[in-house]
Amino acid sequence: MNGIESLRSGVEAILSHRLRSILTILGILIGVAAVILTVGLGEGAQANVNAAIASLGTNLLIVTPGSSTTGGVRGGLGSATTLTLQDAATIANQSVAPDVAAVAPIVQKNETLTAGSNSWSAPVVGTTPSYEQIRNRSVASGRFFSQADITDHANVAVLGPIVATSLFPSGGAVGQNINIGARTFQVIGVMNSVGSTNAAANEDDQVIIPINVAQEELFGRAQSNSIAAIFVEAKTKATLGAAYQEVNNTLLTEHHILTPSAPDYTITAQSSLLSTASTVSKTLTILLGGVAAISLLVGGIGVMNIMLVSVTERIREIGLRKALGATPGLIRRQFLIEALILGLVGGLGGVGLGLIGVVVLPHLIPNTVVVSLTAIVAAVLVSAVIGVVFGVYPASRAAHLAPIDALRSE
Amino acid sequence: MMSQRDVQGHDAVSSLRNDGAGPLSSGETTTEILAGKTPDVIIELQEVTKTYRSGDLNVSALQGISLKIERGNFVAVMGPSGSGKSTLMHILGCLDTPTSGVHQLDGADVSGLSEIELANVRNQKIGFVFQSFNLLSTMSAWRNVELPMIYGGVARTERKQRAHEALEAVGLSGRSNHKPGQLSGGQQQRVAVARAIVTNPSIILADEPTGNLDSVAAADVLGLFEELHQRGRTVILITHEQDVANVARRIVHIRDGKIQSVDERSA
Repeated sequence: MNGIESLRSGVEAILSHRLRSILTILGILIGVAAVILTVGLGEGAQANVNAAIASLGTNLLIVTPGSSTTGGVRGGLGSATTLTLQDAATIANQSVAPDVAAVAPIVQKNETLTAGSNSWSAPVVGTTPSYEQIRNRSVASGRFFSQADITDHANVAVLGPIVATSLFPSGGAVGQNINIGARTFQVIGVMNSVGSTNAAANEDDQVIIPINVAQEELFGRAQSNSIAAIFVEAKTKATLGAAYQEVNNTLLTEHHILTPSAPDYTITAQSSLLSTASTVSKTLTILLGGVAAISLLVGGIGVMNIMLVSVTERIREIGLRKALGATPGLIRRQFLIEALILGLVGGLGGVGLGLIGVVVLPHLIPNTVVVSLTAIVAAVLVSAVIGVVFGVYPASRAAHLAPIDALRSE
Repeated sequence: MMSQRDVQGHDAVSSLRNDGAGPLSSGETTTEILAGKTPDVIIELQEVTKTYRSGDLNVSALQGISLKIERGNFVAVMGPSGSGKSTLMHILGCLDTPTSGVHQLDGADVSGLSEIELANVRNQKIGFVFQSFNLLSTMSAWRNVELPMIYGGVARTERKQRAHEALEAVGLSGRSNHKPGQLSGGQQQRVAVARAIVTNPSIILADEPTGNLDSVAAADVLGLFEELHQRGRTVILITHEQDVANVARRIVHIRDGKIQSVDERSA
């Protein structure tokens, strides 16, 4: 009995027990599809979070005033506003902090904006031209302001896309004038959308102007030197740690702080946020993968049951085949081939269903679904192994039954 | 039915006749050397015993059976239930091995063969007919008949031709594509007989072949065995019914695991 004969008789046996075969295939199919979809959902969520954080800049440090200690007396100069433009300028000095690529100090204040009969309330951010690079922003039309605009104290503004559509519903914002408070500014550019989902700090809903103009025109001389935050970009992701140390040491010195454990500022790294988020989404993937693995296991137990029943009710057939000259090896091979075909059809069907789900699911729910090759390979392998092990083990036992005992069984 | 088979099946039966020639002739010389004076002996049992363990109890099913069956003979093994005739049938059919003693089949000692070797002996040298037919219900008649040839490594086209010839020989040429469920009990047993003769075996071993049949079908199947005997085949019939045993040329009576008597009968 050669391989082709075995294959043919396997296919015949499967076709002659249609319902049982369909149930077996269905068990494997659902298990495999569930693994692919759940792992895909988990990895999709992880990719979404990573992309959202990466768009903020992963080699970014944010220095904010104030100490992380609460209720304690702040050290330093005794001022409530501890970060100054001078701090930003010192950090930007290459000889002081060689691992820092760019520095963007910001000041921020909510203002009422008007253009013609339209008015809108939004945060006004004063910063330097390096802000565009550090925050991974780009202009959709017009231009960002330059160092020359800072030097000239030019009253120019770059609008976030939400502000632009609110003030100029019919478009053509660039070149128009807007009023911020009592001052008139010329719109020189409109930013691209960052698509931020954070409603509390939507970077699409803001106006960006030169920092010196903001301090002089909007905030008044009293606070002219104090700033809200400093964005610091490290040269690479790898030198983020070194940049952190340099910024920290510089500020400790500048602020004359003697106890480094209680500074009057806080440095936050985006990468630490990224790693936290990655940990969260990895946990999510493990959770979903666990659910999928359980569904595969349950499917496998179903397959095992059906295979056991199949072999048991075919013990007479096995006995007859043995009486007619089939060796135990041939009996085993027959059941192995049947189990392999069932496992393979179920596995491939599951991959097919899973891939259809990957395409269809994003249209029904807002989540992204990623095709995970590892999940596909693992699911198909596990289903094949389950089918073969639980199909062959009872068959192997039956193959070694004495043919008379097998023939006698009712 | 009978006459129809005679007309239709004559040539096919002749072609399937086992008269010592054909694929088994290589074993012939061995038989003559080993058996010496009795070259035509196809089965020889010498002091065969079989003991089963049943819990702490040893049940002695066969207590020293010695038996010779010549090629072409028609032998019935008769005895009440519990006499050991089923055990004897299993040993004759190489489905089981004796605890002690020698079992020679077609000149070769088969008492100490491995499981795989026994499977090959069953495939090549023994044709089984069971009480409950034991046809595979999902396969058509000719596919059932084909089965032993698949394990014997016969090519597909030859298998199909020989299966149809065997079905013709038992008078079922028009039923080859019927499944067992579409056939009467007598017809199913004929399919089983076709399956038994298709490999051209040394012996045909029938275990209560009429046990599940009504008297008309039973007479029909027994007529078929008589016909196979007429064509030169060796037939061994296991039964507990005197009427059934009466068709044979020799009746071996078994009781309590021993041969009680042997009746030689004229044709």
